[in-house]
Amino acid sequence: MSERYTTHEYDVLIIGAGGAGLRAAIEAASVGDSVGVVCKSLLGKAHTVMAEGGMAASMGNVDERDDWKVHFADTMRGGQYLNNCNMAEHHAKEAADRVHELEEWGALFDRTHDGKILQRNFGGHKYPRLAHVGDRTGLEMIRTLQDHGIHQGLDFHMEVTIFHFFCEGNRVVGALAYEREKGRFLLFKAKAIVIATGGYGRAFKITSNSWEYTGDGQTLAYDAGADLLDMEFVQFHPTGMVWPPSVRGILVTEGVRGEGGILTNSEGNRFMFEDVPPLYQSSTADNEEEGWRYVTGDKEASRPPELLTRDHVARKIVKEVKEGRGSEHGGAYLDIAWIKEHIKDSESHIKKKLPSMYHQFKELAGVDITKEKMEVGPTTHYAMGGIRVDADTQMSTVDGLFACGECAAGLHGANRLGGNSLSDLLVFGKRAGEYAAKFAEGLDSFSEIDSDEVNRLVEEALKPVDRTEGENPYLIQQELQETMQDLAGIWRSEVGLKEAIDRIRGYAERAKHAHAPGNREYNPGWHTALDLHNLLTVSEALCLSAEQRTESRGGHYREEFPAKSEEGSTYNTVVRKARDGSMEVERVPVVPQSDEMKVIIGANE
Amino acid sequence: MSDVTFRIWRGEGEESHFEEYKTEVSEGMVVLDAIHDIQAQQAPDLAVRWNCKAGKCGSCSAEINGMPKLMCMTRLSSLDLEQPVSVEPMKTFPLIKDLVTDVKWNYDAKMTIKPFKPRAPEAEDGTWRMAQDDVERAQEFRKCIECFLCQNVCHVLRDHHDHDKYIGPAMFVKAAAFDMHPLDVEDRVLDLKDEQGIGYCNITKCCTKVCPEHITITDNAIIPLKESVVDEFYDPITKLFRIFKPKNPTNEI
Ligand SMILES: Cc1cc2nc3c(=O)[nH]c(=O)nc-3n(C[C@H](O)[C@H](O)[C@H](O)COP(=O)(O)OP(=O)(O)OC[C@H]3O[C@@H](n4cnc5c(N)ncnc54)[C@H](O)[C@@H]3O)c2cc1C
Ligand code: SF4
Ligand code: SF4
Ligand code: FES
Repeated sequence: MSERYTTHEYDVLIIGAGGAGLRAAIEAASVGDSVGVVCKSLLGKAHTVMAEGGMAASMGNVDERDDWKVHFADTMRGGQYLNNCNMAEHHAKEAADRVHELEEWGALFDRTHDGKILQRNFGGHKYPRLAHVGDRTGLEMIRTLQDHGIHQGLDFHMEVTIFHFFCEGNRVVGALAYEREKGRFLLFKAKAIVIATGGYGRAFKITSNSWEYTGDGQTLAYDAGADLLDMEFVQFHPTGMVWPPSVRGILVTEGVRGEGGILTNSEGNRFMFEDVPPLYQSSTADNEEEGWRYVTGDKEASRPPELLTRDHVARKIVKEVKEGRGSEHGGAYLDIAWIKEHIKDSESHIKKKLPSMYHQFKELAGVDITKEKMEVGPTTHYAMGGIRVDADTQMSTVDGLFACGECAAGLHGANRLGGNSLSDLLVFGKRAGEYAAKFAEGLDSFSEIDSDEVNRLVEEALKPVDRTEGENPYLIQQELQETMQDLAGIWRSEVGLKEAIDRIRGYAERAKHAHAPGNREYNPGWHTALDLHNLLTVSEALCLSAEQRTESRGGHYREEFPAKSEEGSTYNTVVRKARDGSMEVERVPVVPQSDEMKVIIGANE
Repeated sequence: MSDVTFRIWRGEGEESHFEEYKTEVSEGMVVLDAIHDIQAQQAPDLAVRWNCKAGKCGSCSAEINGMPKLMCMTRLSSLDLEQPVSVEPMKTFPLIKDLVTDVKWNYDAKMTIKPFKPRAPEAEDGTWRMAQDDVERAQEFRKCIECFLCQNVCHVLRDHHDHDKYIGPAMFVKAAAFDMHPLDVEDRVLDLKDEQGIGYCNITKCCTKVCPEHITITDNAIIPLKESVVDEFYDPITKLFRIFKPKNPTNEI
């Protein structure tokens, strides 16, 4: 049988060209390895481009009291202590260097008066910590990495999607992909593979995430035998757009609140002043005047309650809506225009600080945020859970298979602080690239991959287009998104989760018979059919993990168990493929903190 | 809720053509929403690029009723819905299928621009100090989302197909982003003149008009770059002068 694919060989294969993948690729190439980078969209279009608010690093440019220890303690508290503390330590210690390195490669951050990198306030961060460029920090980051990366001898394969890994024993040795343009297949042989594919927000109906976020990396790793971790923890960002319906879910950056934006209900109350969680009571302002002083840089003031962690703010908005005090279209009001009470030229100030938010509302909702209130509500935003990795090397539980960025788990625990993702991408992207290159160095040759097996997989992948009839894959995807939104979203219960799992298994059966009319050339119907397996796998993992966590913590909220439990703080949830192919869930002890860490956390409580 | 007719470019190569679809539209919808509805319900193999749905990634460029635009930022309420709405791919790039074109040439054109090269750090901690004002000048160009709409309308590319000797407005914006970076010390003038063909631009400003990021491409990027070419190659007095004067880091003219 003639081969139906082309073969490519790389010391290190990077899957994903967002911040994490690009940083990993640059690192791996810096030691002379041959590096291939694969991405589903064009270069520069990955999710990272959408990040708005900034990247967290304790440089102390705005408040010199900041240092890595405070950042570490903030990250742990935000994650409700389920974080891998060793990752949180690396992250807090290395983020500043990674930001400076980005500047060396051309990133142009906003400046302080004395010419240093300016840092802004964000929820859960004790001091102003986010290096930023207006509200388009992600664009600055991805473009800088891209423009630097294209001159480092990397091989880019754009609009190519990986859908299968090959293993030899417990070691990954290659990957199979299709390209969108002509539907041709590519076999990659690699000594080490880095997954940097991002999250799985597309499992939900209301999300800030794009079509790319179908949990591919998590599923590929799971199918190859790797452990997934903390899959129940999904972040629902409190402020997505809610009106008009077609823009529902699009993100409104937390930067709006960082610049002084306030949340009010239909009665005009700043409801965030109520129910401040005990862990944060001492560090939260109890009056409007102090809150305003905080956002304008008064170091003695405590932060306004709008800047509490995302899980809390999101649930507070849902509560207002449920109790009948929601905004016109079922959200809350977010008001930045009010700062005119304090700032003379508030309109141009807002346009300068939040240019893309100004645009977004003006053009998509017909709202002028310098004059009017926005309407906002929770949107599925970020996956804390993902591939379980070693804190130092980022290697998964499969040899030679590394993961970094949003697809990896551990750093953020039960809830991620805003701005900690962009820094995560750089810190752990670098580490993953470095250790993947080291791993590749230890191997002298590429493993053989059986061509009959490859041809069989190619044939299997073509079934949705080869079939002459079957179900529309888009409709299965939509049904899944509705199920997850209703039963596994911000408010969960045992009954609901069981129902969701049943339905997911039903969709999985139907997905096997999905049919995509047309040929295999740039056929999104076909791609959607192939993505279903990934979405269904991560959805099932999420529901099984959520079902066994009988408490509420961070991004995970159980109706029957609205409080944290003692036991819940002691374990992380692992999901893996059992020998019989079924999904098994296991509890593993939380990574223990060293004595030094305990002291740091204690000192910053 | 009402039915609206869309004429969408379908197919590949010679055989591509308009096809009509009717779909229900509701308040606030943008063109990309309608395309997605048609894709989910009537034409599952309809090829279209998108990612952010918020004008941030520059994936969804198309020609809507003949106007180059981002599909995700074009509200239906801004169009005459009594008439069929036409949606076509960008014309300047080879068609792959339906609304998707082959834009790889842009990535190759960018490779010809010499990368950013910073001056040595001056601060004791090994980093740089920059003034916000200087930073802002270059930031305008760094807003570029690489949607290539400006490339699509520039007649040098669209009508004269000078892809081999001209890099186009988007890439001049890139060159300006590097060149006006307060730290940059690279010299790109010779390349702009010879390989990148900046002379072919005759300042029609069509590119500026379509830029969804409102970058003043012609006035702020291209003209200053052209002036630096003139200074260096055609004006003997300035040239002489430049020998004694180090490169102005912000390249202000
Ligand atoms: C609207 C928005 C605003 C945000 N703002 C902030 C912020 O201000 N600060 C912050 O810290 N975080 C923010 N985040 C979160 C942060 O942007 C993301 O978590 C982060 O960018 C993810 O980066 P990544 O490199 O892991 O993945 P991505 O940038 O998403 O890249 C994933 C890559 O993997 C590729 N890929 C996926 N599957 C496959 C496959 N099967 N085969 C081949 N390639 C594949 C994709 O094509 C893509 O290139 C925001 C997120 C959103 C959505
Ligand atoms: S101003 Fe120059 S670059 Fe812009 S469209 Fe006209 S000729 Fe092209
Ligand atoms: S300069 Fe403007 S029109 Fe041209 S590619 Fe960039 S964003 Fe698009
Ligand atoms: S989808 Fe990103 S710009 Fe339109």
